[in-house]
Amino acid sequence: MGTSDAVLAERTGDRFGGFGGRYVPETLVPALDALDAEFDAAMADPTFRAELDFMLREYVGRPTALSTAPRFSALIGAPVWLKREDLNHTGAHKINNTVGQAMLARRMGKRRIIAETGAGQHGVATATICARFGLECVVYMGEEDMRRQALNVFRMKLMGATVVPVTAGTRTLKDATSEAIRDWVTNVNDSHYIIGSVVGPAPYPRMVRDFQRVISREARAQMLERTGRLPKTVVACVGGGSNAMGAFADFVQDTEVELVGVEAAGEGLGTDRHSASLSRGTPGVLHGALSYLLQDESGQVHPAHSISAGLDYPGVGPEHAYLKDSGRAEYVSVTDEEALEGVSVLSRLEGIIPALETAHAVAWIVREKGRWASDEPVLLCVSGRGDKDVTTMAEHLLPTV
Amino acid sequence: MTPITSAPSAIDARFAALRDSGKRALVAYITAGHPDPAGSVALMRGLQEAGVDILEVGVPFSDPLADGPVIQHSSQVAIAQGVNLVRTLELITEAALDIPVVLFSYLNPVMAGGDAILTRAREAGVSGILVTDMPVGSDPVREAWFGASGLDFVRLVAPTTPTERMAEIGRHGGGFVYLISRLGVTGERDSLAADLPETVARLRSATTLPICIGFGISTPEQARAAAALGDGVVVGSALVRAADESVDKAIALARSLRDAMDA
Ligand SMILES: Cc1ncc(COP(=O)(O)O)c(C=O)c1O
Repeated sequence: MGTSDAVLAERTGDRFGGFGGRYVPETLVPALDALDAEFDAAMADPTFRAELDFMLREYVGRPTALSTAPRFSALIGAPVWLKREDLNHTGAHKINNTVGQAMLARRMGKRRIIAETGAGQHGVATATICARFGLECVVYMGEEDMRRQALNVFRMKLMGATVVPVTAGTRTLKDATSEAIRDWVTNVNDSHYIIGSVVGPAPYPRMVRDFQRVISREARAQMLERTGRLPKTVVACVGGGSNAMGAFADFVQDTEVELVGVEAAGEGLGTDRHSASLSRGTPGVLHGALSYLLQDESGQVHPAHSISAGLDYPGVGPEHAYLKDSGRAEYVSVTDEEALEGVSVLSRLEGIIPALETAHAVAWIVREKGRWASDEPVLLCVSGRGDKDVTTMAEHLLPTV
Repeated sequence: MTPITSAPSAIDARFAALRDSGKRALVAYITAGHPDPAGSVALMRGLQEAGVDILEVGVPFSDPLADGPVIQHSSQVAIAQGVNLVRTLELITEAALDIPVVLFSYLNPVMAGGDAILTRAREAGVSGILVTDMPVGSDPVREAWFGASGLDFVRLVAPTTPTERMAEIGRHGGGFVYLISRLGVTGERDSLAADLPETVARLRSATTLPICIGFGISTPEQARAAAALGDGVVVGSALVRAADESVDKAIALARSLRDAMDA
């Protein structure tokens, strides 16, 4: 049995190897059972699939382009192809998932939506689809992130969402997620919780992956059509891991394709200020799943750090933990400083300002220049555009432009 | 999952004694190390003296997602003073209580404690363990580890739990069943949930374990009303909030809860 068979064989039920599961308060168990069943029923229902396709086409703007990057490719010495999730409505991949989950919520008769957000992209994507469907929307956001991402707070409010500041703990994504789960435990009968990444209790990791799978489904077909071959390497940044899982999913069985996830090394892996859960974490339980986790020896979760709010999370999706341990995917990391350089490179060479999250993946390719032969295509998932980050970028990059 | 079939535990014995005297159990929750390590030892002893039957000692965790602001705050205070699971066990040993102690924890600190941690808990004088984020069926291997530890594995039931699942929870639990009285996280509330009597009746039909009702119970009147429905009541946030002011205040509250339940 090759690696891919082993990978597929072990991804069963609510586990990915030993990772994943459903570590939640008892109150939520029946809701997760119901969600699990509803998701499978919906995905097997041609009417649901047709409506999802329609929404992705007409509202989100899919399929997204696969762009060549001639000047960036010249720098790297290999053809780099950009999967343009930044061109989605709202400017990131997050909306692929929120559209799917909001449709599920409607199917289950739930009219109130809860979400957590870090960078604000998932919050915006949730507020957006709630406005479109007429659903009530409550978004939890760390106070620190509300400051860093003030523009996205305004966008959410403009679309009618309630943004609740979270003042507990580190005031970032980790605490916003805990607070969203507390809301769900309290209002589970009439609310659906739209998690923004491939994290959380089962069925969320596989459900979010399957809503994000459209990234690799399109990209694989586009690569074959444009280049007649599969990419040598697929590269994506990893916060919770949803754009990476979406970009990897349809390539997992293609064992000749390298899968590389890029985590945030923050101020460096040697410091205690980074978000590299896969590179530096140990197995632990946070927010309902067993996965790699930044924690101390007593099992207290260690605060994460990244210049990019969307990667600033001490956990990671359990399927990534499994892909790492099985050797099917490789996980690397990039510092804040390198990521800023990544922003500059793609902006100057291609006229595409990437999100700070995406810039981590860009920066890794820059660092690995020389790794690929001139005929080996690299597929980069451009998870989002950088507009939301211009204030942070300007703080650091203004003197250099 | 191993059903619990061991000899009567300290918790079983306590419920048997309560039954004989026609009383209901007063179960008190505190966070280990709150308001400070020495204060929490004094609090454990004081609560025993005030007539508490079973003490739940919370292991401070950085991300207590089933808890409201009061217990979140107490956890942060305790962590800031270096209290972790090992230190929690030391504090329990130091308190040298006669009443049964149930360790109340999230899974992660227990996992981090390693294979020997449940044995160490028994040696520290702990009788039972409750894991807030490990529902029945979620992790058969680790559930078996808890089930075979010699500690009573106290399980939670929620208002949303279907009756068949209540029976399954009863089969895989020990000591007593902790019935979450309402949807939501821990914290004080003004009244008991309207559907509580119906939930208790469903649970009664599903298990023979004693039923202790908790979440939101804060006043002597609520404690008396809840005690009338079940075999015991759990009071947490109200005691922790009182302990924020002073250990004596928390002990006085426990005494008034005891009086109301016995009246
Ligand atoms: C543009 C963008 N990319 C990546 C991420 C990281 O999330 P994930 O790892 O789930 O893709 C975020 C999160 O906010 C984001 O906004």
